[in-house]
Amino acid sequence: MNDNPVLTESTYYILLSLHTPQHGYGIMQRAEALSGGRVRLAAGTLYGALTSLCDKGWIEPLPVVDSRKKEYQLTPKGLAVLKNELNRLRQLVANGETVLKEEAI
Amino acid sequence: MKEEKVIRKWFWVWNFETEERWLNTMAQSGWVLTKVSFCTYHFSPCQPGEYTIRLEMHAADRDYLSFMEEIGAEYVGRMVQWMYFRRKAELGPFDLFSDIDSKIAHLKKIGNTLAVIGGANLLIGLVNSFNPTHIGWVNLLCATLLMYALGRIHGKMESLQNDRLLLES
Repeated sequence: MNDNPVLTESTYYILLSLHTPQHGYGIMQRAEALSGGRVRLAAGTLYGALTSLCDKGWIEPLPVVDSRKKEYQLTPKGLAVLKNELNRLRQLVANGETVLKEEAI
Repeated sequence: MKEEKVIRKWFWVWNFETEERWLNTMAQSGWVLTKVSFCTYHFSPCQPGEYTIRLEMHAADRDYLSFMEEIGAEYVGRMVQWMYFRRKAELGPFDLFSDIDSKIAHLKKIGNTLAVIGGANLLIGLVNSFNPTHIGWVNLLCATLLMYALGRIHGKMESLQNDRLLLES
């Protein structure tokens, strides 16, 4: 796989939400709050993404203790991917601003 | 005695969105899905608009069911590979797929299932077409229908794939 993966918006917000451990519903709420209500992760989409992200080793499930809710957290590998993405997004924004500087944004 | 309404209705597999819309119209008019079986839907009275209904092709998966439970969705039942869920509307919008990729993945799953059943019918039909005592044509008819369904699902998938070239959701 590419060393500099480009994340989808869902992936980006899931990883970001897992900077502190969260369960499924927590991820949905956090992604929605972070994006000012714009990003609503749907149940099936989130579940599929969590499974794939675990397979990639970017996140990991926490051992389930007394609570029934399964929690996940970001791994060091996932954090590196997220930082890499943040740099890409910075460039994206900078380029947009340079080209469109004449326009009122 | 608990009031119940039973409706027998047939939906082709490529019309699963129509089926979902119909179930939500029922919920809007005060009848919420409580049980599904082959072409049969059971409803109980509810407040109009109290529930959102969603359906999805998904293999039996304990982990997925507990995940859905955590987010406040109730598992209503399954019919073959289709799972039916409902959630109280007061908990907010309830959707299963929020980006194009996961919609495509879902259609792919439906397509693969149709291809496997269709292929099996084709094989059985062909083998039995040489056997005069057996009605191989029934399997061939099923295979034709399943392949048609596969085509419809592929059509939906293609239009999403075109969108995906430019968009994420």
